[in-house]
Amino acid sequence: MFKWIHKFGSPPFVYRLCRGFGPWIGWLCLILIIGGLYLGLVKAPADYEQGDSYRIIFIHVPAAWMSMFVYVVMAIASLVFLVWRLKLADVVARASAPIGASFTFIALATGSIWGKPMWGAWWVWDARLTSELLLLFLYIGYIALRNAFDNQNAAARAAAILALVGVINIPVIHYSVEWWNTLHQPATIAKFDKPSIHISMLIPLLMMVLAFQLLYAHNLMTRIRTGILEREKRARWVGELLESGRV
Amino acid sequence: MTPARKKRLALVVLMLLGVGLATTFALNAFNKNILYFFSPSQIASGEAPVDQLFRVGGMVVDGSVNRSEEGLDVAFELSDTLHQVNVVYTGILPDLFREGQGIVAIGKLDTDGLFVAETVLAKHDENYMPPEVAEALKKAGKMPGTAAPGYGQDSVSYE
Repeated sequence: MFKWIHKFGSPPFVYRLCRGFGPWIGWLCLILIIGGLYLGLVKAPADYEQGDSYRIIFIHVPAAWMSMFVYVVMAIASLVFLVWRLKLADVVARASAPIGASFTFIALATGSIWGKPMWGAWWVWDARLTSELLLLFLYIGYIALRNAFDNQNAAARAAAILALVGVINIPVIHYSVEWWNTLHQPATIAKFDKPSIHISMLIPLLMMVLAFQLLYAHNLMTRIRTGILEREKRARWVGELLESGRV
Repeated sequence: MTPARKKRLALVVLMLLGVGLATTFALNAFNKNILYFFSPSQIASGEAPVDQLFRVGGMVVDGSVNRSEEGLDVAFELSDTLHQVNVVYTGILPDLFREGQGIVAIGKLDTDGLFVAETVLAKHDENYMPPEVAEALKKAGKMPGTAAPGYGQDSVSYE
């Protein structure tokens, strides 16, 4: 029943899968970004309270969501690697870390640029901002820990444990605006109630969210290919691949 | 699943439970030690410290904002509907600062009961809509609450 899943443990199969789908996902992402930005920055009306400044949500919100999503992917991949010793899971986790760190940085930076005119402060130590900053440090710590080892297997195992411990921070980030009174606003969309955003702003926002998902998928696939080639550099199929010139 | 994998999975789950529990305890302890967010009512009852920095939160009272002719001095009243506190501030106010808006001010209470703010922060809520829609909702009396939840009695977690 689960036979098909074994194919995803095979490096040549996953390599070809990423090579086949990667570029298509990249093009789709580009179209969505252009469409989403046009609808969001040009077509969508100004906000009744924040005026045009609110338009930063079209970057800020997708980046912030992805910063958490990528971490969850990294943690699940780390779990699979620790328990099943599946090397490809480690390749996925390792490939995700810099992408997730970038999304986190974008979320923090755009939020800061927004905060200055809206709140009157670049930064406040409220629960949401502090836990998101901790997420950035977790990503950086993960990357640093990996690079601190000479032995690749030891590096992978230590980093996987760090990734799993850090996953506790994800619910804290999400619920911080409910558990504590923060300066950051509570959730607009990710709640049980209906979204408290007008449909003309919601559509471009969701387009950007999808675009950022695809951006992650595209980058991940590219990085997985590099990771596989690096790990399997002594394998015969890699040699044949290099000789055929179709890398 | 092989016994070795089962054992590893159990170890990982145990580790996650442990870290989760530790985090919950730590956050709970942090919650109880949270610095208070004083409401105008608490200031009125004398709970707020004198000559010490603290935060006060409330709504800017309609028609209370007084800007000086020259300079950046501004005076306004904050209310939690029960009590009011007079605030003075010198500096540039955030874009969202306006009458009826929820704000947080950080500063000291002087001996006359006047709150001298060092920083004024505006809080925006989670509602996004075009101005026409906001206007229509206001007319229909269906505007979602403009006050951020928790102003008045709750604690706040940032400093």
